Amino acid sequence: MLWNAAAICVPLVGLLRGRKAGAPLTQGLHQALTMARLLQARRLEGTEHNPWVEYVNLANEYKDAVNLGQGFPNFPPPDFALEAFQQAVSGDHMLNQYTSAFGHPPLTKVLASFFGKLLGQELDPLTNVLVTVGAYGALFTAFQALVDEGDEVIIIEPFFDCYEPMTHMAGGHPVFVSLRPSPSQDHQDLDSCSNWQLDATELASKFTPRTKALVLNTPNNPLGKVFCKAELELVASLCQQHDVLCISDEVYQWLIYDTHQHVSIASLPGMWERTLTIGSAGKTFSVTGWKVGWVLGPDNIMKHLRTVHQNSVYHCPTQAQVAVAQCFEREQLLFGQPSSYFVQLPQAMQRCRNHMIHSLQSVGFKPVASQGGYFLTVDISNFKSKMPDLPGAAHEPYDRCFVKWMIKNKGLVAIPVSFFYSGPHQKDFDHYIRFCFVKEEATLRAMDEKLQKWKAKLKL
Amino acid sequence: MSSKLKNAKRIEGLDSNVWVEFTKLAADPSVVNLGQGLPDISPPTYVKEELSKIALVDNLNQYTRGFGSDLGPCPCAADGKTTELNPRPCPFSLESSCLSSVTTAVLTVSGHPSLVKALSCLYEKFYQNQIDPNKEILVTVGAYGSLFNAIQGLIDEGDEVIIIVPFYDCYEPMMRMAGATPVFIPLRSKAVCGKKWSSSDWTLDPQELESKFNSKTKAIILNTPHNPLGKVYTKEELQLIAHLCIKYDTLCISDEVYEWLVYTGNKHLKIATFPGMWERTVTIGSAGKTFSVTGWKLGWSIGPHHLIKHLQTVQQNTIYTCATPLQEALAQALWIDIKRMDDPECYFNSLPKELEVKRDRIVHLLESVGLKPIVPDGGYFIIADVSSIDADLSDMMNNEPYDYKFVKWMTKNKKLAAIPVSAFCNSETKSQFEKFVRFCFIKKDSTLDAAEEIIKTWNRQRSQSGQNV
Repeated sequence: MLWNAAAICVPLVGLLRGRKAGAPLTQGLHQALTMARLLQARRLEGTEHNPWVEYVNLANEYKDAVNLGQGFPNFPPPDFALEAFQQAVSGDHMLNQYTSAFGHPPLTKVLASFFGKLLGQELDPLTNVLVTVGAYGALFTAFQALVDEGDEVIIIEPFFDCYEPMTHMAGGHPVFVSLRPSPSQDHQDLDSCSNWQLDATELASKFTPRTKALVLNTPNNPLGKVFCKAELELVASLCQQHDVLCISDEVYQWLIYDTHQHVSIASLPGMWERTLTIGSAGKTFSVTGWKVGWVLGPDNIMKHLRTVHQNSVYHCPTQAQVAVAQCFEREQLLFGQPSSYFVQLPQAMQRCRNHMIHSLQSVGFKPVASQGGYFLTVDISNFKSKMPDLPGAAHEPYDRCFVKWMIKNKGLVAIPVSFFYSGPHQKDFDHYIRFCFVKEEATLRAMDEKLQKWKAKLKL
Repeated sequence: MSSKLKNAKRIEGLDSNVWVEFTKLAADPSVVNLGQGLPDISPPTYVKEELSKIALVDNLNQYTRGFGSDLGPCPCAADGKTTELNPRPCPFSLESSCLSSVTTAVLTVSGHPSLVKALSCLYEKFYQNQIDPNKEILVTVGAYGSLFNAIQGLIDEGDEVIIIVPFYDCYEPMMRMAGATPVFIPLRSKAVCGKKWSSSDWTLDPQELESKFNSKTKAIILNTPHNPLGKVYTKEELQLIAHLCIKYDTLCISDEVYEWLVYTGNKHLKIATFPGMWERTVTIGSAGKTFSVTGWKLGWSIGPHHLIKHLQTVQQNTIYTCATPLQEALAQALWIDIKRMDDPECYFNSLPKELEVKRDRIVHLLESVGLKPIVPDGGYFIIADVSSIDADLSDMMNNEPYDYKFVKWMTKNKKLAAIPVSAFCNSETKSQFEKFVRFCFIKKDSTLDAAEEIIKTWNRQRSQSGQNV
């Protein structure tokens, strides 16, 4: 009885505290009694948890920490992108109104011609291109359009974490297959993610009659692996053999290092008709806040994405699309030339990557040299053996404890790689953390300072 | 082509869309387009200026920090005197100087910090209680995105949802995509003798409404001011709906995108402020309709955390965040008007004044050509009964409702585009509304002048031919 009274009083007191003077008590009472009915839709089951928030908040709390966690550039976008957006927002006032639902025509036109060349396909801007709210929105649209209750979706681990909840929300079952590091042939100072591979037999075993789609991410987040042609041919042959859709997340396609080459699986024989290729203006032009993405694919599949799109967001904001179109028009003219952003950005980021590799190695981290993308995955086994008992919840994977300790004690923010693994496999991959190197020089120097302090304290 | 690569069942039958067809028709530059609800007037200068200013700030081009945190003191002075606007654009980085210390970890995305703060400050004036910017607000991709998040987050397969006819056309397919069963109830007009036909003449029959509620009813969607009718629900009407929501323990999704566009003699009321309603209502608003910037595609949902958190979960699994620079510009524009709510210059006051003039003009125009308009109390659409016009619709498709044929005939022959009201009806109720056509009047004077010319010519042709066409 007393417990019940207390249970009602506690929220009431809280509500009354937040109330302006004079507000009726009856209103407060009504608010304390929430609806009896179950509220959330079942499709949200398994999708509510967001592991990022704890780290975002920690990073914010430790204001001196150098944030190499979340993947966004902290340097300005290129001038031509800023100018394009400035023009878009101060030009024709009608650009403040709705544009075409499936994509602003100048943008779908340039995407069709630009990517048509790369994929070896004649692309129609109206039927083969859909503009979405970031690549994130493209992924959601694809899952909702094509994944049904009970469908299986093959996800290659480590994976960008949203693939799993998106599969669940569509009623699908994720089936995981891991990239695994093979032992290096000879003792190398620097591991490379080309050593991280799929086992062909294991991959084949994941396909069942219920497999609807496979999600490919190349370059991969968090590893930075750039799938080579042979690897893509393996995936392609299995997709064709089992009549499976390939959702290819290629947001980092321009961020390719050393002599690697990005290959779009949609350009391989037999794959255009079963592949959705997803791209991102945010990652392409260092404008993550514009939230413009796109999907390219055959009309008979794209029409289903258009149906989802027209029943979810319907239109994407106009002015950012105008700006992205202008950016692509510029890149189309400069393609392959030294002044192309698609040449300059990877060159600059490769330098950042190399800087970070070198600095991290000096403290005993073992980076896995990424071939592409924004991130460096780093092996922390040394630290795990030297400091096995860091504070953390029971059964919390080591990398999460390590990252929290590192933020608080060493002033560096990274992301635990176990985030990018399915529940049962997190323990096997709890000795890796992910750093973002797409940062300005000052940030990398600040990182160096922290690492030097750390190194000084280590008993080497 | 293989059969496995087919669509998910959730979108079966949802592929058609009235707008695709009619916007194509109206795209002919010689057509005066009073169809789609798209302003051709310029947004207010200060709104455009804010976006231009923000476009010069480098770091607003990256992801916003969409998670909640302590947002510091409100720039609005408690004593009503104007203070300095929140001077710094809110930077994207986690080391933001405009954030004070984090108090509690908030586990979901809500929106760009300065925007959710501005929205909470604005709407607190109406809700008479504080609105937690991190827990009780979500910024979405237009009001459309809020509708989607609310429905995906709260409506389950097998749930029934009451939709009032005519309805903004996306409600039905969104419900079906969530596996719900829409239950329809039409607004019905009382007989109008002598006086002007008004949107307030259209009401819900209380017994009929109650008969639609049962234990499976998860929600009712309310749209006030109403699209396409322009009806502004009265206190009594909202009390009835509230009473039924409470009685049957139902949610209310209240689409209030036109909340500022209310004409003389009418007042917009928020059902969430009625007793017992805050805890069960999600209220949706729109930047596009508020500031005449439909292309910014920013909207918001406001409600109790136990509802909003599910919309936030949907957001984190669909688009994660909305565009940063637009959110910041919207925040700055809101602050400008929040500080002058009683001022005639405030856009929330000036726009409805401007539109009331246009409304009256279009009423007159439509009457002059023999159409019977229903004068809207709010919103920026007007519907008119076109049955008195003897248009020759013989070469139109037979199986289409009358108003579809009429609009196509009018677009082709009179170069005037509108939208058929049966597009806002379910299949069973289409016949009740197929003599009505919707016109949008948030158009600049030159567009309305062009419409007037068409109407005058139409009239001359009628009197010359002696026929009523």
